[in-house]
Amino acid sequence: MKTLCTILWLATLTCLSATDWPQFRGPSCNGVSDETDLPTMLGSGQHLAWKTDLPGRGLSSPIIIGDKIFVTSCSGPKQQRLHVLCFNASNGAKLWERQFWATGRTMCQPKMSVAAPTPASDGERIVATFSSNDIVCLDFDGNLLWFRGLARDYPNASNSVGMSSSLVVVNGIVVAQVESESEAFTAGLDVHTGLNRWKLARPRKANWTSPVVLKSGGRELVALQSSKGVSAIDPATGTTIWQYDEGGSSIPSMASSDGTMFVPAHGLTALRPAASGEKPKQLWQSSQLRPGTASPVVVGQKVFALNDAGILTCGDAATGNRLWQLRLKGPFSSTPVAAGHFLYCVSEKGLAQVVDISKAEGEVISELDLQETILSTPSISSGAIYFRSDARLWKIGKSAPKPSA
Amino acid sequence: MKKHFRQLLLAFWAGTAAASPPPELASALEVIRAVGPEGRGNSEASASWKKLTAGNANGLLPVLEGMDGANDYALNWLRAAADTIVSREVSTGAILPMNELGKFLLDTRHHPRARRLVFELLARLDPPTANQLLSGMLNDPSLEIRHDAVEQLEQQASHSLAAGNKSGASLLFQQALASARDVKQIDSIAKNLETLGQPVDLRKLFGFLLQWKVIGPFDNTGQKGFEKVYPPEQKIDFSAEYDGKAGKVRWRDYTSAHKYGMIDMNQPFGKLKEVTAYATTDFFSDRAQTVELRLGGKNSWKVWLNGKYLFGRDEYHFDAEIDQYSMPAELQAGRNAILVKVCQNEQTENWTTEWEFQLRVTDSLGTPFLPAAMAAIGVNTSNTEPANHP
Repeated sequence: MKTLCTILWLATLTCLSATDWPQFRGPSCNGVSDETDLPTMLGSGQHLAWKTDLPGRGLSSPIIIGDKIFVTSCSGPKQQRLHVLCFNASNGAKLWERQFWATGRTMCQPKMSVAAPTPASDGERIVATFSSNDIVCLDFDGNLLWFRGLARDYPNASNSVGMSSSLVVVNGIVVAQVESESEAFTAGLDVHTGLNRWKLARPRKANWTSPVVLKSGGRELVALQSSKGVSAIDPATGTTIWQYDEGGSSIPSMASSDGTMFVPAHGLTALRPAASGEKPKQLWQSSQLRPGTASPVVVGQKVFALNDAGILTCGDAATGNRLWQLRLKGPFSSTPVAAGHFLYCVSEKGLAQVVDISKAEGEVISELDLQETILSTPSISSGAIYFRSDARLWKIGKSAPKPSA
Repeated sequence: MKKHFRQLLLAFWAGTAAASPPPELASALEVIRAVGPEGRGNSEASASWKKLTAGNANGLLPVLEGMDGANDYALNWLRAAADTIVSREVSTGAILPMNELGKFLLDTRHHPRARRLVFELLARLDPPTANQLLSGMLNDPSLEIRHDAVEQLEQQASHSLAAGNKSGASLLFQQALASARDVKQIDSIAKNLETLGQPVDLRKLFGFLLQWKVIGPFDNTGQKGFEKVYPPEQKIDFSAEYDGKAGKVRWRDYTSAHKYGMIDMNQPFGKLKEVTAYATTDFFSDRAQTVELRLGGKNSWKVWLNGKYLFGRDEYHFDAEIDQYSMPAELQAGRNAILVKVCQNEQTENWTTEWEFQLRVTDSLGTPFLPAAMAAIGVNTSNTEPANHP
């Protein structure tokens, strides 16, 4: 039923299909795929469909639309060269690559990368952003549709450790959350032209979280998280519909499932969105569920928080009570993704671990050592899971063999 | 034979002339070059971009030439157009106009980024020629080309060192250092020279301004001092006395002995919290000119030049690096007063004790304006040679 709803929702709004993974943490911005036929026993390596090289560095997630995969990277001594690449999902062949020069600052912590934010798509075009706050819109053949340099337009829109908020595209509006100590705003850009449709002042605090699309009362809102809390806005106008002002994390992003929002705040806080102007109802708050860098994931009636060291905590999504804990091999920066009753977690050391969450205490059922540093959140599409490191993109799943040339 | 061919090719490139683009391309280029802030011109540019990229390889050179004088937004439109033309033409086996492209590369009047794009194309299609050219591009206006040339020379120096040729290595490292503008490269080369017994005065090399007058502390409780206008922002009067956060404050001399020219406010004022202070220095220029003021630091700051506000950042304790911020500025001939406000917040963690900044004046490549330039106009050049120089 949930799958059908997702398909119908996507079909009515965009040119996306149910198997697309159009943005950070997938179609519902929560890391959960409705697919059920992903490989789960990864250890043998038999499911490695292909792997391909990437230029420079990057920790953004790949996004997948139909048979095309889009990935961003950055290169050069100061990571000032911005890359957008398109690959054939079937065989990993590179279809095109476009490069741009950063117009904003590219200073980052060594662990961060200018290619940290994940691009987004409305099913007709791809919109890619970078820590420099440059935004590029291309069609699926690599034709440039528009370019914005937000840090050039608004010179204090930067921080000195790197920015990472990913984009969402909702009803023809690209929502870009650009929040730092010196300047903070969220912009709604026309997906056809890149022009500002609105620009909303935001709390002047460094913020690495990403916007989340909410389905609320038959319409789509965008939830913006910050250290102040959560605001739900109308993507058409930037108007604030409701606010939760009791704090929030500035690193892991909230997840939404079945109308409830799971916000990294005071551990984890479950909110039920309210009508216009009203504060959302707080369902529970749990200090036992404490996400680290990874964002929470909600699968059915279970909510998961993974800390940086690798402790995976499973809680009851209805109450916030802790159900079990499982030690994974960490450390972790990337957010797990889920399909069926399996959670796919990849450590910073590149060890992918598949957790069967239907087991009473959870159980790691397989591992695959990709042998490279991975900070990026995996993506899921058409029976495959995609991992990326700085230098590589892997497809684990069903695929035709890559051509030898 | 191949070597002679390359030399002939290079000579040919240097001697040929460019042609004007066809009218339809010129029109499309004009539209793209008109893009501006906040997406201005994007819609029109998108249509023109398709026209620009629809043609064959002959359209490549006009696109590259269109980058001359283009703003940063337009440069990216044109870069994407060049990439598109090149990838399509190369994939179909078309012959690129390499003679014209070579001439374009050697003509340093063209935009450095366009020339870099051509250099990368050459490196892809004819690596030996690109490699040969690189050795002569140590002082190229393209920072990326220069970076690669310095890297090549640094590798040669390391090979000489590994082979036991210390004097040869030293010469090569020195040559690389003279051309390097990338901070990491400069640090790496300086370390190599130090191991060869030739320490580098990095303060002098980078041209950090070391001698300042400072005044403070003023109140920055609740980080409100960043916006509050204290008397030094209104007038610099070295004889004046003001109410500070904890009593009367006066201007005093401060000279940095820090390896990278940090002006450390903790030294004159103590390790204070929720305070702000000002530093001012004179910079002499032999003429009116456009420069960059480059500042590094992890505290909130504001900068004024000759009383005109340039830029500021209200951000504390994220990270710092040399040339963290570059501000275009117009120097006047003679004396130029630089005023810096630097604030400290309330955080008490041990990584929040820094209350400092570093600043230098450079050209657009990062070449510092050195004391010799000031000496030429008969001005005391002690600014980069502090009295307490260790």
